[in-house]
Amino acid sequence: MSGSRAATGGRIDRTSSIAFSFDGKTFHGYAGDTLASALLANGVSTLGRSFKYHRPRGLLAAGIDEPNALVTVLRGDVREPNVPATQIEIFDGLTVESQNRFPSLDLDVGAMNQIAGKLLSAGFYYKTFMGPVAGPLKGTRFWMFCERFIRRAAGLGRAGKTADTARYEKMNAFCDVLVVGGGPAGLMAAKAAAAGGGRVILADLDPEFGGALKWSSETIDGEPSRTFVDHTVSALEDAANVRLLPRTTVWGYYDGNTLAALERVGDHKRDAPKGEPRHRHWVIRAGRVVLATGAFERPIVFPGNDRPGIMLADAAARYAVEYGALPGRKIVVFANNDGAYVSAVALRQAGADIVAIIDVRRSVSDHARKLATRAGGELLLGHAVVDTPGGSRFAGAKVQPFDAAAGTLFGTARTIPGDCLAVSGGWSPAIHLASQAGAQARWDDRLQTFLPPDPGQSWSGAGAFLGRFSTAEAIADGIEAGGGSSDLPAVDDEAPDLAPAPVFEIRPAGGKGSKAFVDFQHDVTAEDVRLAHREGFVSVEHLKRYTTLGMATDQGRTSNVPGLAIMAGARGMAIPDVGTTRFRPPFSPVSIGALAAERFGDLKPHRLTPMHDWHVEEGATMVAAGLWHRPMIYGHPGETIEQAYVREAEAVRGSVGIVDVSTLGKIMVQGPDAAAFLDRVYTGMFSTLPVGKARYGLMLREDGFAFDDGTTWRLSETDFLMTTTTANAGKVMQHLEYLLDIAWPDLKVVLTSVTDQWAGAAIAGPDARKVLEACVTGTGVDDAALPFMGIVHGEIDGVPVMICRLSFSGELAYEVYCGAGHGQQVWDALLEAGKPFAMVPYGLEALGTLRIEKGHVTGSEIDGRTTARDLHLGWMLSRKKPFVGSAMMDREGLVADDRLQLVGLVALDNRPLKGGAHLVDHADRALRDSIGHVTSVCFSPAVGKYIALALVKGGKARHGTRAFISDPIRRRYGAVEIVSHHFFDPDGSRMHG
Amino acid sequence: MAEYSALALLKNALTGNRDWKPAWCKPEPKPEYDVVVVGGGGHGLATAYYLAREHGITNIAVVEKGWLGSGNVGRNTTIVRSNYMLPANVRFYEHSMKLWENLSHELNYNVMFSQRGILNLAHTPSQADDFIRRGNAMLHDGADAVWLTPAEIAKKVRGLDVSAKARFPIVGGLFQPRAGTARHDAVAWGYARGADRLGVDILENCEVTGFLRDGDRVTGVATVRGEIRAKKVAIAVAGSTGRVMRLAGIDRLPIESHVLQAFVSESLKPFIDTVVTFGAGHLYVSQSDKGGLVFGGDIDGYNSYAQRGNLPVVEEVMSEMASLFPGLAPVRLLRSWGGIMDMSMDGSPIITTGPLPGMFLNSGWCYGGFKATPASGWCFAWTIAKDAPHPLNAAFTLDRFHRGAVIDEKGQGATPRLH
Amino acid sequence: MLIPCPYCGPRDVSEFTYQGDANRTRPDPLSTDREVWDGYVYDRLNTAGDHREYWQHSGGCRSHLLVVRSTLTHAIVSAGFARDAATKPKKTRRKAGARP
Repeated sequence: MSGSRAATGGRIDRTSSIAFSFDGKTFHGYAGDTLASALLANGVSTLGRSFKYHRPRGLLAAGIDEPNALVTVLRGDVREPNVPATQIEIFDGLTVESQNRFPSLDLDVGAMNQIAGKLLSAGFYYKTFMGPVAGPLKGTRFWMFCERFIRRAAGLGRAGKTADTARYEKMNAFCDVLVVGGGPAGLMAAKAAAAGGGRVILADLDPEFGGALKWSSETIDGEPSRTFVDHTVSALEDAANVRLLPRTTVWGYYDGNTLAALERVGDHKRDAPKGEPRHRHWVIRAGRVVLATGAFERPIVFPGNDRPGIMLADAAARYAVEYGALPGRKIVVFANNDGAYVSAVALRQAGADIVAIIDVRRSVSDHARKLATRAGGELLLGHAVVDTPGGSRFAGAKVQPFDAAAGTLFGTARTIPGDCLAVSGGWSPAIHLASQAGAQARWDDRLQTFLPPDPGQSWSGAGAFLGRFSTAEAIADGIEAGGGSSDLPAVDDEAPDLAPAPVFEIRPAGGKGSKAFVDFQHDVTAEDVRLAHREGFVSVEHLKRYTTLGMATDQGRTSNVPGLAIMAGARGMAIPDVGTTRFRPPFSPVSIGALAAERFGDLKPHRLTPMHDWHVEEGATMVAAGLWHRPMIYGHPGETIEQAYVREAEAVRGSVGIVDVSTLGKIMVQGPDAAAFLDRVYTGMFSTLPVGKARYGLMLREDGFAFDDGTTWRLSETDFLMTTTTANAGKVMQHLEYLLDIAWPDLKVVLTSVTDQWAGAAIAGPDARKVLEACVTGTGVDDAALPFMGIVHGEIDGVPVMICRLSFSGELAYEVYCGAGHGQQVWDALLEAGKPFAMVPYGLEALGTLRIEKGHVTGSEIDGRTTARDLHLGWMLSRKKPFVGSAMMDREGLVADDRLQLVGLVALDNRPLKGGAHLVDHADRALRDSIGHVTSVCFSPAVGKYIALALVKGGKARHGTRAFISDPIRRRYGAVEIVSHHFFDPDGSRMHG
Repeated sequence: MAEYSALALLKNALTGNRDWKPAWCKPEPKPEYDVVVVGGGGHGLATAYYLAREHGITNIAVVEKGWLGSGNVGRNTTIVRSNYMLPANVRFYEHSMKLWENLSHELNYNVMFSQRGILNLAHTPSQADDFIRRGNAMLHDGADAVWLTPAEIAKKVRGLDVSAKARFPIVGGLFQPRAGTARHDAVAWGYARGADRLGVDILENCEVTGFLRDGDRVTGVATVRGEIRAKKVAIAVAGSTGRVMRLAGIDRLPIESHVLQAFVSESLKPFIDTVVTFGAGHLYVSQSDKGGLVFGGDIDGYNSYAQRGNLPVVEEVMSEMASLFPGLAPVRLLRSWGGIMDMSMDGSPIITTGPLPGMFLNSGWCYGGFKATPASGWCFAWTIAKDAPHPLNAAFTLDRFHRGAVIDEKGQGATPRLH
Repeated sequence: MLIPCPYCGPRDVSEFTYQGDANRTRPDPLSTDREVWDGYVYDRLNTAGDHREYWQHSGGCRSHLLVVRSTLTHAIVSAGFARDAATKPKKTRRKAGARP
């Protein structure tokens, strides 16, 4: 128990005590605490277990760079795993649990992995588990057996199976200047940009703006830096052209200056106000971006560097100053740069004792010496920490004289006791977004770090992001980046020089001592990096992939540069020559729900016809057809699906039925060249179609395969209404638009999609005309006025309608269209008129049955692989004119005799046939030599048998022969007869009648 | 080079892991080889391995522009399956599956092939019929497939929204038990090590800058590390096919390069034990042994060599993920990346002699190249060694497009973004 | 990615449908030259660099745009109506009496 609450200080509200639960135990913190600071103040030192060795781990950092302290937040049964404790603002009732431990954080049996430590080196998995060559565990079976246990041991938090109940939403935003990062550079950039009058968005991932000024002791223009922040923020809040986004991480830099950000709207609240999302996904289109994302401190790699109580120096200071949570009372500092001296002073001022400052450098600046004096304690120059003896908690540092130039230790070691080790190994600017924007980072030898490349047109940088670490530099940069030129506020503290000695690892001779960790979360040690080097995995990408360095949830913020440095050392080359990986989005992890936004729980729109509610009320079983919902059957109580559709189909053949066809694609083709256009896109001729008549048309793709079919109605010389299949409506529209815009821009044709504007009903059956006669006014519907394929305009119940006599079912049939808003009214009128004839509504199954009996094809047969000839539609291919696909349709591959061709099937065993079944020539059920497959099936009331359409190799030559169903998936076998696809009324006498 | 085994691991652990040797050597280029394979990705390395192993041709160089395995073999979603519908594809990918099943042994390198199965969810009765047609096709050509009911699916994939209220309710699923996942990088490294052990030279950082020609005939490659002559030059460069072939003077091919994004979540305890695909959109997801959910969806849908995608696909994929697994909405996306896919005009690959004398081409993998790696290398090696295709890749010619003998699983025609 | 639609202004890529390579000209419909047709339907330039391509503003004005865009960086070089580009060369052909 070493962390504790300082007596005073911190940006916390000590009057507001908050109770939260960690691993079932109740703790108290204050408003303004993070989970990390509250647990630290409560003396909790172990917050998590590491990935591979299950070592106890405590806080390393205070921000999103935290690799160790990952916890799961529980909201009822909904689980949010892997949240850094540093990112959780506590609230009353907050419930979290630790991860990757069994049975508990303090006693974790997985820690046994440490015993096998050397065995579990990098590449371990690749070198074993190949298993025996023979026997039940041959092949990859042995690996799969072991994998079960490995998987269980790996992984971090546990995700929930219970549906999340939170809302997520997406917001689009536009601005002239997006400022990323609300530290001194970002604040000044936003202020300067706002003064210029542009629309400004300022985003910062913390709840409060200010960045490091929140825990700085500097004064700016004579006031404490925190006051300066408050004044600046309140000025920005008052500016009408500024949008402030706290708790918002800009995580993605996409093309066209489109940036993605995650706002954590409700994570810090116990209950979300009604309608408020948990997370908001921002998509921001910015004219210009100012990257003021700051820098991350990095640790030094040394044996035993992962013991709880060892923390980054700036993080330690931040806990003490911002949160009033002291990480220790007797603090040892270990550094290779002057920055840690500032942290030491801050810790001292917050109430801790600095036991010693250990610096790898033989000499340091006067400024550092002054700071050391202020911090108190022993100053040990030219020394390094070589190990940390002890258990699951830092108790002291073993230090030894160190020659930084040679990287070697000498002399004798001694142990300096303490309860916290604050480490600083230099600073790495957060260049991730710039890297995502496509630019290569460049190495800076003085700062021993990668700096962003020169800015492009779309972004500029400011402050620590550029490696300009002092507050004064940040302020100056910010003003410039924001386009301002105001006087610089005066910063009155002498900033330390953060240029570090080039020391990344302390390595005792002979590899003695504890493990030295590079990547804390993935348990990658310095030895693992060297092993990767020995085995030839020397490029930075191979290093990353072979050892998993930098691939954990902290994305290598603290480990990338030390890992590279160790590899560079092993290869005997400079760090930049080893390379750096390109950063990918997201900068920090983003909830899947936020990116789904409103589509979470509502994935795709529902398309409903105007008569939808009627179908549902009528008891229809609805089925999805793309985004549409369509009636499958209108089942009566006790009926099977088959009984229902057979009844419906029989009614159509016997008297009359009505079906909702509103979903058909409908396109108005208008203009002086409309007819010529249709001649080009259809295989048949449409310029010869008289006004007031419709014609069945077939389209091919450019490659000569069948594309879509439907009827097109000539409403006037220059107006056509084209119908398409439901499924292809959008594709046909785009196909036509492409041709008009690109191939034939000289044609005067306008296309308009009117699918949603017209409601449609088909009336089919011998009594169909009588139904229309009973309700249509303003036009005759007799054979003379409305012959086959004729079109008339009239009214039903006072609603203007357009009626075409055409038939999909093979019966006397009409399609009636009216404005979609009147769909239900016309439908009701038609139903009323149909009552004397016992008209039944029929669904897709009956529709399918009727068309299968007629051998009409749909999407199951026009499947993108069949040709017009395969489908017996060769008669529709005009020889009088070219059309889309005509040049390509005669290629050898499209006219081969052994192609799959459309046939009819009749079940010889009087059992249902099923779509997707295959066909073979042999009866022995051997799984070989498929000759085709079944596309559409039904029980045909007209034929009295189970029938089907099928695509069969050389099918046309097989009429009258026998084949066998081979459907091993459903274990359906049996004999069928191959017949013509025209099962019923092949000469079409019924529809012409 | 030492065999890898548990014993070797133990021995090395005791000596501080100091005696491990490089997995493959880093030789200097020789002036001439029997075969130069351009492309040190999975397919190129497998080709070199099988040339050496099956055909005794060991005087081979694999030339790679960057680091080995830097292309799609190192940036895919690791799915291995043979659940195709059209016979040419089923047979080829099933051959691949059989090679996968013994690959770790064959290479003495654990590629972590885990036959955890792939489940294609069907959401309408007609989609179920389509999937069953495919399952039946698989069974007729030697692959494995079974149908799972919604109840069986609910048991197999917990956390999946199997309710009837789902926007796209699940009516069943086609399951291929022998399908699964493998550790993608290990496949490249295993083949590299295997080829290296058979005498193949692996030349990294050796970008091809041109082709050596004798009239029409290709007689070698010019590289940044000098000219290398070869009796045969084999191209296996996936998304870079257009760029490399242009160096040989071939400007137009039935291929477009597109970007495909892939995603991985933060590491979780075991959540999904199989590979699941969503039928009412485009999503495939599995879980790596490290615990990350590895998933992806459609290609972005425009020509690109940039290895970076854009937000619309990210949002689409995440919305499908959250819709299928509503408990995963709070779980966080850790990383995304982009790979360049060589999209062919029918969605099926090209493994062929030519198009120039002395040249061989392996391309058109769309976004299914990873699972094909063993069979692609195996068939390409055969084609190179015998100057003629094996029956398994006889249909994957370059001229099939012009002849109209396309192999179009999705029935979309010559629109690469839809394959 | 933002595509500058000449009619609607800069719009997000999600509003557009990619309509592919614009380095192809549809052959004369009366042409029976198989090679020309094969090339039009199947062969692509697949440029690594500034690529001429069509995008339809399908979620907006539905115009097809001729866009020049770098396939290496996704930077958009130019965008205009495909119709304008397609009409110009055709005019001369029409005068020659070769109406398609």
